[in-house]
Amino acid sequence: MFKWLEKNLPKIVMAPAVGLIGWFVYGFVLWTLYISFTNSKILPKYELWGFGQYEKLWASRKWLIAVDNLLIFTALFLIFCVVIGIILAIFLDQKIRAEGLLRTIYLYPMALSFIVTGTAWKWILNPTLGIQKMFRDWGFENFTFDWLVDREMAIYTIVIAGVWQSAGFVMALFLAGLRSVEDEIVKAAKIDGASLFTVYWKILLPMMRPVFFTSFVILVHISIKSYDLIVALTQGGPGISTTMPALYMTQTAFHKSQVGLSAASAMMMFMAVAAVIIPYLYSELRRENAR
Amino acid sequence: MQDSLKSSSYQQLEQKSKYTNMFLRWFLYFILILFASYFIFPLYVMVVTSLKTMEEIRQGTLLSWPNGLNLESWAVAWGGRGYGAGDTFLRPYFWNSIKMVVPAVFFSTFIGAMTGYVLTKWRFKGDQWVFLFLLFGCFIPFQAILLPMARTLGVLGISNSVIGLVLVHTVYGIPFTTLFFRNYYISVPTELVKAARIDGAGFFKIFFKILLPISAPIIVVTVIWQFTQIWNDFLFGSTFSFGEAAPIQVALNNMVLSSTSVKEYNVDMASAIIAGIPTLIVYVLAGKYFIRGLTSGAVKG
Repeated sequence: MFKWLEKNLPKIVMAPAVGLIGWFVYGFVLWTLYISFTNSKILPKYELWGFGQYEKLWASRKWLIAVDNLLIFTALFLIFCVVIGIILAIFLDQKIRAEGLLRTIYLYPMALSFIVTGTAWKWILNPTLGIQKMFRDWGFENFTFDWLVDREMAIYTIVIAGVWQSAGFVMALFLAGLRSVEDEIVKAAKIDGASLFTVYWKILLPMMRPVFFTSFVILVHISIKSYDLIVALTQGGPGISTTMPALYMTQTAFHKSQVGLSAASAMMMFMAVAAVIIPYLYSELRRENAR
Repeated sequence: MQDSLKSSSYQQLEQKSKYTNMFLRWFLYFILILFASYFIFPLYVMVVTSLKTMEEIRQGTLLSWPNGLNLESWAVAWGGRGYGAGDTFLRPYFWNSIKMVVPAVFFSTFIGAMTGYVLTKWRFKGDQWVFLFLLFGCFIPFQAILLPMARTLGVLGISNSVIGLVLVHTVYGIPFTTLFFRNYYISVPTELVKAARIDGAGFFKIFFKILLPISAPIIVVTVIWQFTQIWNDFLFGSTFSFGEAAPIQVALNNMVLSSTSVKEYNVDMASAIIAGIPTLIVYVLAGKYFIRGLTSGAVKG
């Protein structure tokens, strides 16, 4: 008995973690999947109902707006975060004075919650007292910046705040990547007459392929899950113009009590994330095994 | 010899482009400072706004300096005005968050250390798959578990309580903490453990005598990561708690959204700073570890 215990102790110690994750992650995802195939409203119903909720979901105008917004947001969020992140990383890599201070400034938004920063941005972007008023007081009387209350433009305010929060993170990833490249490579290229621009464009950035890949995966992942920022900044408004899937899911479940429909939207989000993450994990693991 | 030759020709090259370089450097600093002001701008606006009276806010601009150190909105945000119903303030919710964060960080870090230890030093057949199994938990969109979780907490009788949130945060922290400890322990030479095993040291003795004493850096990284994640969480807090059991982020959001009276932006900003200050302090004091967690955990959401 004691021998058995000793031999299996590592597995016994592992058991709680595996059990908890097995139940609370995998079990719950399957549970949600099951709900999505039922006609549950406020109370759960357990008889299967087929793909009805998914049909309802993709016929819903609000969901289509949410998906549309997600695509717009993801594309812009990705482009701006990566471009700003790379520029900052390359510039910081030039033996800059006060590099530590600048890095701290670029990255501090990551330490704050989206609710905190959303509150700040909401105040800055509000037309009556925010940026618009500031420019008008400075003498630009026709200056208008009311995206926050404009149906067409409100989604871009979420991009502004989102990029502000996450660009520093991409900077940190690229800076770490650039720092891991041997100095000799850069020196050799310079002796061969390559300009600084060529060194980065032709040699260093192509070497950063894995960093691009990691940033891509993480940023897409953040954007699919984005919820807090929208709640703090627009609550999905004006109207429903800035709804995104995560917001759709909670509103449908907890305000509209359409539990089955909400589960279907959650499963769509799950599949979107899985489509990005599984290839990523696979390639990471292969790289690790190759080492 | 070869080396010194190379570096001297390198220096000549540097000399030639001295003027272009000088221009470039000015440009460099200009861009870097421009971005720095973009990043600092909201924080600056938050701080000065929180120090103004509403009258000053209406008269001045976003950037204008406050007339004096007016801490009244901070006092209101923290402790309220002192009248009964409808007087929401952050103090009780701040403590809710503390009561939620401390145990959740402790449990998830401890479990992560144990699983990371087993996965690297007591390897068994298929441990790679177990790791992958746990790791995937870092990435699932929490929307896919909200509904079953709400029901489970209800059945357990801990919905709308701090205990419920501790459970939720502990469980969904395990994938991250496991990842951190596993990646750290994998670089610790296994020979050390093997030698100790030959000397008759058991599972726990090896952990406490050999691994734990060298784990300080990764414990710091993990604790900071978990603290930041849990303190800043809104989704779980807003879904599984309301009213008195709410953590601070939920309370902040409710305060800002409540439209019962005239909007007081100075109080809103003071509240936002109060809700953000613990993580901000940790970041300023231990930024190095924070960044390490960020780049090795490399997932946030």
